[in-house]
Amino acid sequence: MMEDNNKSFKKSPLSLQLDLSKFSQESFIPATDEEKRQQDVMGESTTFFKDGMRKLFKNPLAVMSIIVIVLILLIITFAPMIVPYKYEEILSVDGVRDKGAKNLAPFTYSEREQEYIARGGTRFPHLFGTDEQCRDYFIRVVYGTRISFFIGFFASIIVLIIGMLYGSISGYLGGKVDLVMMRIVDIIYSLPDMLMIILLSVVLNEILKFQSGTLLAKLGTNMVSLFIVFGLLYWVGMARLIRGQILSIKENEYVLAAKSIGAKPGRIIKKHILPNCLSVIIISTALQIPSAIFTESFLSFVGIGVKAPMPSLGSLANAAREGLQSYPYKLIFPAIVICLIVLSLNLLGDGLRDAFDPKLKR
Amino acid sequence: MSETLVDVRNLKQYFPVKTGFMKTIPLKAVDDISFTIGKGETLGLVGESGCGKTTAGRSILRLYKPTGGEVYFNGELITDKNITHMRKKMQMVFQDPYSSLDPRMTVEDIIGEPLDVHKLCANRKERRERILELMDIVGLNAEHATRYAHEFSGGQRQRIGIARALAVKPDFIVCDEPVSALDVSIQAQVINMFEELQEKLGVAYLFIAHDLLVVHHISKRIAVMYLGKIVEIADADELNDHPIHPYTESLLSAVPIPDPDVTRARHRIILEGDVPSPLKRPSGCPFRTRCRYATEQCAEECPPLTDRGGDHLVACWVK
Repeated sequence: MMEDNNKSFKKSPLSLQLDLSKFSQESFIPATDEEKRQQDVMGESTTFFKDGMRKLFKNPLAVMSIIVIVLILLIITFAPMIVPYKYEEILSVDGVRDKGAKNLAPFTYSEREQEYIARGGTRFPHLFGTDEQCRDYFIRVVYGTRISFFIGFFASIIVLIIGMLYGSISGYLGGKVDLVMMRIVDIIYSLPDMLMIILLSVVLNEILKFQSGTLLAKLGTNMVSLFIVFGLLYWVGMARLIRGQILSIKENEYVLAAKSIGAKPGRIIKKHILPNCLSVIIISTALQIPSAIFTESFLSFVGIGVKAPMPSLGSLANAAREGLQSYPYKLIFPAIVICLIVLSLNLLGDGLRDAFDPKLKR
Repeated sequence: MSETLVDVRNLKQYFPVKTGFMKTIPLKAVDDISFTIGKGETLGLVGESGCGKTTAGRSILRLYKPTGGEVYFNGELITDKNITHMRKKMQMVFQDPYSSLDPRMTVEDIIGEPLDVHKLCANRKERRERILELMDIVGLNAEHATRYAHEFSGGQRQRIGIARALAVKPDFIVCDEPVSALDVSIQAQVINMFEELQEKLGVAYLFIAHDLLVVHHISKRIAVMYLGKIVEIADADELNDHPIHPYTESLLSAVPIPDPDVTRARHRIILEGDVPSPLKRPSGCPFRTRCRYATEQCAEECPPLTDRGGDHLVACWVK
């Protein structure tokens, strides 16, 4: 019977099917146990995080911006230990104020410093020159960057915490609670933020009296009011985003499964919903930092930022305006640093989104 | 019949549907259903898409707050109070093994979650042992514990879901179309596993499905739903051999038989039209718009479930 079948069907010359009649029984050897085992090996277990990091490090723009950010962070951490000047220190030689060290160009020394060096002393170079009050400009830019980063991170964290709590409660409870909470968000959205910052800093100037010497006192009430305004106003975007995420995630069956197990709402939000919108949260926080830095720089530039003598990148740029034609480098340095930080954080945020957003998975 | 475990009486589940500005009408997803399930018994629940099977299962577990009716579990009324402690006794296996497992959790955490919620394990070691034991029961390797759900096939995922349901040692599991998302060879494995577990652990199932063959295989009794109502409920074999309700008849005639001669010879009852929208239910018997035998009485009054002998209940005026 088998023979007949093989003969009656003529194999098409184009067919790729194997002609089994050409093989004898001996051609087929059963696979050994070891060979069989090779078939059921599962791939290396990859977590979502590992997978995302792998994609992130394949993105050249993101890697570049990580390098830039790490470099800036290293400089602002270690430069104050290496450079022997302080940000509020007026330069002096041999304990005498050096009045000639005003508005020096980068890598130049004043006359008295040159004398001092000629006598055999060593003087750390003024990498970015000095400002009109005879202060080393490099260390001021470094401190300004510190302040800007500090404000960027903390403002984003405030926004994140408030927005996450508000958004997750609103999204999870839904219904009427959601309706009321989102109308409040709409109202806050419609407040002009610049006006609020200016008003709050005026009011807080009267109310808040910080003990001198503390970090808050050094920053000044303007910065504290900036934080408060971020806390009061800027979380709404984050809250909306997280609410939207939660609305879509809570429809998933695994949330229902957790309910049927008997998990309480707090546990469901913490264990199931938030981990699943974590990628979106991280991305939007990363994008929030440059916008906070930008706001701070802007406010310092218009004169309601950090309190002198504490520098910030914005106030340094503002101070540089006066002698712009004679000393353009004083504007260029802080401006370049702002650009670098904002650009690289934005690019990193985009890279994170490409790597972690499940909707963009290729 | 064995001792009653779950007793559902006149369960109603309506959802408000907005039809215009400030106007809502109820969508009667489950409308007045009653049945009982004995200890260690399986009740199959069949019906076409959108007839309220899943809703019924979820209402019984109180994942929705029922609009009306009562559910007694072991003699205890569970419809109108906090039932967190009852969640240990009744569990659910979901239809879609892809969306019912949290993609950010390892298998160990998924199966361990009920243990954590009800604080059933004193320490990590005990928890780990219990999880491995559960994984063994459903036929998963211990080395799978640290993997994530997306690394598994559909059948394996469903096993994870079953292990999660078994973690609290429930007496009753609602299986919401647990095999319909799996392909046929895996379906058989999973169904056999359900049967083995029932023998070993004595759990009762409410087995929801739209595949009559599957339901007939696993169930002791079968209930047929149409548009939120139970139209017929009988022993599995009795229902298969002597269907009374015209809807059940047509369902059974559509079951594929793997024999071309038999299939050609038998008479296939083809229903006219579509299922009416549950928002615009026909008056009287919900099935009358598609029923061959419909009379005037069917349009006026809804037929009650009446016993036709031998625990065979049918809701039909004509037959």
